Amino acid sequence: MVIVLDIIMSGLISGSVYALLAIGFSLIFGVARIVNIAHTAFYMVAAYCIYIVTHKMGFHPMWGMVAAIVLVTLMGLISYKIFINPIREHEGAVLIATIALAMALQEIMALIFTGTYLSVPSLVKGYLVILGVKVFYQQLLTFCVALLVMAVLWVLLMRTKLGLAIRSTAQDREVANLMGINEARVAMMTMGISVGLAALTGAVVVPLTILEPHMWMHPLIMMMAVVVLGGLGSLKGSFMGAYILGFAEASVVFLAPMGAFLKGSVALSIMILVLLIRPEGLFGVSFEEER
Amino acid sequence: MDLILFYLRKLFTVLKNEVLVLPSRVVVVLFFLFLLLLPMFTKDTYLLRIFTLTSIFAIFAASWDLLSGFTGQMNFGHALFFGVGAYGAALLNLHAHIPPWGSIPLGALGAVLAGLIIGIPSLRLRGTYLALTTLAFPIILMGLVFAFPDLTGGELGISGIARLARSRVADYYTAVVLMLGLCTIMWKITDSHTGIIFHAIREDELAVRAAGINTTRYKLLAFCLSGFFAGISGGLYAHFMRIAGPSTLEVSLSFTVVIWAIFGGIVTIYGPVGAVFILFPLLEFLRVVQDYRTLMFACVVLLILLYMPDGLFRWLRDKIEKECPRCKIRNIATRDTCRVCTAPLD
Repeated sequence: MVIVLDIIMSGLISGSVYALLAIGFSLIFGVARIVNIAHTAFYMVAAYCIYIVTHKMGFHPMWGMVAAIVLVTLMGLISYKIFINPIREHEGAVLIATIALAMALQEIMALIFTGTYLSVPSLVKGYLVILGVKVFYQQLLTFCVALLVMAVLWVLLMRTKLGLAIRSTAQDREVANLMGINEARVAMMTMGISVGLAALTGAVVVPLTILEPHMWMHPLIMMMAVVVLGGLGSLKGSFMGAYILGFAEASVVFLAPMGAFLKGSVALSIMILVLLIRPEGLFGVSFEEER
Repeated sequence: MDLILFYLRKLFTVLKNEVLVLPSRVVVVLFFLFLLLLPMFTKDTYLLRIFTLTSIFAIFAASWDLLSGFTGQMNFGHALFFGVGAYGAALLNLHAHIPPWGSIPLGALGAVLAGLIIGIPSLRLRGTYLALTTLAFPIILMGLVFAFPDLTGGELGISGIARLARSRVADYYTAVVLMLGLCTIMWKITDSHTGIIFHAIREDELAVRAAGINTTRYKLLAFCLSGFFAGISGGLYAHFMRIAGPSTLEVSLSFTVVIWAIFGGIVTIYGPVGAVFILFPLLEFLRVVQDYRTLMFACVVLLILLYMPDGLFRWLRDKIEKECPRCKIRNIATRDTCRVCTAPLD
């Protein structure tokens, strides 16, 4: 019983984190066709940002979160303007530009914080005991914030004019342009939203994890798996895919021997099995071949 | 005697009329000569070691280009082939006592098998889906490596493998000659009938299928060929470093090979090879500033991309050579008229 609750808790948390990351990633992919490898690197930078504000400057963690989100979003926009925008026509070049960007961010963090393991105090202290399992308030908070953000995002995409512009650009860039949508500006805004989401994820999840410069690698892989599993550009797909993989990972860790090593393998194998049956992902629409 | 003279004269004519007229061909000949003659001038083991590793990775980068550049099947998990080649060669050498000249090709055959296994599910995917899915395969294998440490050595890897050759210089020649040979073979493949079909699959798969060509078979062939060459480089690496560890399967290796290939210019074969010969030694010589070297590496890549998004070597080649508008033959940029059909060049 205890183990089941453990699995549920840890599956919900990692599922929410993957969902937030995957939605941001697939937004910018849909609108600008950018495979942003540096997406989780921004998540890592946000986590370090909070560390500085709370530990080095001694502010309340809340201010750390706000500062992290604002600064990282700005950073994302600036790096988009400088490195990615000029070479957007060359798909391969954009790809390695984002890889190089992620590597550069990782190295800068390693230089400043010397690669040691760090941790950050949680926003709300304490825990409650449900059926003999400790559930920290921070875990509940992370989960609730994730759900709230996804709801806000859904409203933004489905009910506002900006959301309409983003969705139509994702569907067909040229036609959206002809309809008077400033495609470059939509791409820029989407980049802002996407990086902001990554920063927010970093901000809510950092008290639960350990900070180190390589912490972006594992979420990156899982995020990509989620996006492929759910179907590129599908919000619902990312949401479902994230929880499926989150729970798969959690069950492997708690149930299988040597589980900690196999968690990535099992989650990714599930993704490949699903793709064998549905090549366009769970909720993806099979687009007509782009020629 | 006459026969030798005849061949000498023929060689001279070819050199004069085919090689010396184009700066890029001169550079390639100089590159071959430099690599083959380097140990005559220096016996510095550190330098030879760097160039041996560079050659091994050059094979690896070129094999990525064969699959992802030419056929357009974006592979983000190319380290899988490298790792399977390395582990295969290491296990065969350690347990079956097969010497390197046997274990490396057999390990590469293992990589071909891996190519088939990942090729079959990947055939239904295209573009970004394929790229993100292939990323998963080396990670799955890495999980298995860690989960069965008895066979694979877990985190420490398999050590105590036989040396590639008896001395450093012999190591160097093995790697360099294999690199030059295999890259020439890859370049010939991309120039052949099969290579043209690979090109066409990248440009428009539907049209190729409409022309009555079984694209599935050709895509699988590309996966297997690329897996074979990458597997050979993996085996060479294992025997040269005398260890096959999980670092051969890492995500960063898959990313690095993408960086090398795109930096040099994809769909060229010579681009990735040249890029490895610039970037890998550069990373080694940046060792004096140990802490900053990955950062500087990333910055160099970012800056060069801003100015030459098509890759360094394509950019260079376009600067020193022009294509004749009438007969499509390349000419040195200083000429006013084409060297074959005398059409004016613009």
